[in-house]
Amino acid sequence: MFGKLTINAIPWDQPIPLIAGAAVGVALLALFTWVVVKGHLPYLWREWITSVDHKRIGVMYVLLGLVMLLRGFIDAVMMRTQQAVAFHAPGYLPPHHYNQIFSAHGTIMIFFAAMPIIIGLMNFSVPLQLGVRDVAFPTLNSTGFWLTATGALLVNVSLVVGEFAQTGWLPYPPLAELPYSPGVGVDYYLWALLISGVGTMMTGVNFVTTILKVRAPGMSYMRMSMFCWTALASNLLIVAAFPILTATLIMLALDRYLGFHFFTNDGGGAMSLFVNLIWTWGHPETYILVLPAFGIFSEVFSTFSGKPLFGYRSMVIASLGICLISYCVWLHHFFTMGAGADVNAVFGIASSVIAVVTGVKIFNWLFTMYGGRIRYQTPMLWSLAFVVTFVLGGMTGVLLAVPPADFSLHESLFLVAHFHNVIIGGVVFGCFAGVVYWFPKAFGFRLHEGWGKAAFWCTLIGFYVTFFPLYAAGLLGMTRRLQHYEVAEWRPWILAAVVGVAFSAVGMLCQIIQLVVSIRDRAQLRDTTGDPWDGRSLEWATCSPPPAFNFAFLPDVKGEEPYWAMKQRAIETQHLAAAGEYQAIEMPKNSATGFMTAFFATVIGFGMIWHIWWMVGAGLVGAYAGVVWFAWRDEDEYAVPASEVQRIDGERRRAREELLARNANVSGAA
Amino acid sequence: MTATATLTLRGAARLYAGAEAPGHGEGGPASKRVIVGYGFWIFLLSDIVMFSAFFAAHAVLQSATDGGPSGGDLFHRQAVAIETACLLFSSFTCGLSAVGAEARRMIWTQAALFVTGLLGLAFLLLELREFSAMIAADAGPQRSAFLSSFFALVGCHGAHVSVGLLWLGTMMAQLLVKGFRADIQRRLLCFNLFWHMLDIVWVAIFTLVYLVGGAR
Repeated sequence: MFGKLTINAIPWDQPIPLIAGAAVGVALLALFTWVVVKGHLPYLWREWITSVDHKRIGVMYVLLGLVMLLRGFIDAVMMRTQQAVAFHAPGYLPPHHYNQIFSAHGTIMIFFAAMPIIIGLMNFSVPLQLGVRDVAFPTLNSTGFWLTATGALLVNVSLVVGEFAQTGWLPYPPLAELPYSPGVGVDYYLWALLISGVGTMMTGVNFVTTILKVRAPGMSYMRMSMFCWTALASNLLIVAAFPILTATLIMLALDRYLGFHFFTNDGGGAMSLFVNLIWTWGHPETYILVLPAFGIFSEVFSTFSGKPLFGYRSMVIASLGICLISYCVWLHHFFTMGAGADVNAVFGIASSVIAVVTGVKIFNWLFTMYGGRIRYQTPMLWSLAFVVTFVLGGMTGVLLAVPPADFSLHESLFLVAHFHNVIIGGVVFGCFAGVVYWFPKAFGFRLHEGWGKAAFWCTLIGFYVTFFPLYAAGLLGMTRRLQHYEVAEWRPWILAAVVGVAFSAVGMLCQIIQLVVSIRDRAQLRDTTGDPWDGRSLEWATCSPPPAFNFAFLPDVKGEEPYWAMKQRAIETQHLAAAGEYQAIEMPKNSATGFMTAFFATVIGFGMIWHIWWMVGAGLVGAYAGVVWFAWRDEDEYAVPASEVQRIDGERRRAREELLARNANVSGAA
Repeated sequence: MTATATLTLRGAARLYAGAEAPGHGEGGPASKRVIVGYGFWIFLLSDIVMFSAFFAAHAVLQSATDGGPSGGDLFHRQAVAIETACLLFSSFTCGLSAVGAEARRMIWTQAALFVTGLLGLAFLLLELREFSAMIAADAGPQRSAFLSSFFALVGCHGAHVSVGLLWLGTMMAQLLVKGFRADIQRRLLCFNLFWHMLDIVWVAIFTLVYLVGGAR
């Protein structure tokens, strides 16, 4: 009836996951009860869960990512503290639990923290920057989000029902094959990633189409903001790389479920095939994450320096260059597998070439700041820290790209320090910069600057104190993923790292306090103008938060930085451009399709993990019925009446005119 | 008011404004037909990338027979040729359905879709017969890595055809109930693209798996 699922699937003998799971369960139950009792459920359903508005979906993505970031960070704290106490001692985490923690940490941080935040920021900003009303396929967008949420849910369910993979964040065979991982851990990994991978692929298709086909009049390619360009590059990579991940995981699933021999020891299977395939996806994946972050930094540097981005065209070429070269370097993840010196040399050189293209970007950012009037607000602090940190991480990366050096450094903590250096310094700092930068646009009030700066300094110090000692420990020969160790020389570095984690934890706390304080003081932090940072791209042309239709009139783009040009024209003439005749606007209707599809995907995934075949069948029938039900509807758009458009746009114009008058007085007085 | 400004205003009324804009930038968002067709192409490209991973696996494992049968021992070229003919001809009738839909002729469109479905079903039954014969002869996917990759690649294509048939049936019912509405026309266009893509993938399978692999 319930396949492999019995009451003993719950780890009764392990207090840590049990207590954590119970606490999360109680908190969720309390939250849900509060929502129902207060009568917020219809609002949540109508305005968020079934919403196909790209801004709402973007916010939900970021929220999911931040919650998962917290979960992944707790895993990190457990790993660091375990290593701090496990010197000549077993520590407090038994090996099978420790293995699950480092596997879950990597999986969650990449797929369910970094990806959702990055995709969320693209969702929120790209259509606004392109000057349009929504993405190409709004319902598909919602479906992609909910499928990602399904993946996150399955990974977290594994905490209390069964177990998670003990294979590391990439389930290398033969360890991940049935004889060596007979439990459900790898199956949780497989189905969580297969389902959320479909969601990510949908996002890729949607955004490539949006950026290439849905832009405001006059918005030619070379007038798009840098963030749109990097989002395009990232989504092209998603379209071309995620199907390889899906195919590879299907092969591993076939091995595990039906006794195929793709990657097994026997039957002629080739383990090296898995390693090659997974990294053909895995290396582009790092650029899927970091390219949009580069875009965010470009926006921030130019806005907070009060200058256009330096070398815009070279930036575009560099972004697409990275997009292309990222497909030619996957082998550097396994120089030691035995491809031979010639092949290793080719891939080593290709890997170093990426540093050249990235170097172009670094110099462009420096020159953007040069001669500018720089404002050191939180987004700018993250961006400045990124330049320094990322350059350091890039240099250790070039070291690792040299095959002979890699032979002694691979699988060491030096590698761990390197990729955390580029992912935290690049992606995480970029996410935080983006969240602070676009927060006022999304919610109509800024985040508290003081707490933001406190969070920044704690996180920055925490990062350096955690990971630079790990470089040293790696050079001293300490390998990654050690549950305990006996080498005395490593000990001081590991103790230093745990101090760094404490700083990072304070940073996390500051972030949470920042959010709470900002919501409490939202009246003082209110952004009345819609342009809180003196911005340059089109998202700042509409009000904060933008109306469902974003723009009453699609902007008529005449050059680069269209909003900056509009603003300068208004300041020169002391008048806003005249409004045209308001018309009703048709917008896509809400749809429960995404939520429903994800519900059935969860049922299918859970059934597959525990071999509950009737559940899988029921889920498939339900999903099909849901799609047909969605396809059958006759009305998929609703109209915002012209009077409503006029009212909303009138308010925006009033605020803008006040701003114009206020600024005129200031410059007159000066 | 200039001509461009008027154009923009008229365009502003709808979500995806300018009905005939190509989406190159100057004219604003492209028409829904362009957007849907383009987006579906991007999806098909990603699907082809997934197939390419299975092709790569098959290329690597083609000679990993583990002492078991090879392609030359197993494949019946004649049966596969009939399969291929069914699928290629179904692509032709699928094209006819697009012509029928363009001319808004219900009976012709439905008939062409129906024949497409029958040919697709014939293809699928022939494939299943081949699979079951191989499994009965102890040459199932568990026998060797070569056969694992064969069943996965060809089976992945077969799964796509099955989903295509489900889509086809749904589409015929929708067409019957809702007629040649703009959104139904767009879905027919996407179905056509999908079916032709399956044909292209099959041509690669026929060549690389059955002809090249059958010679081993």
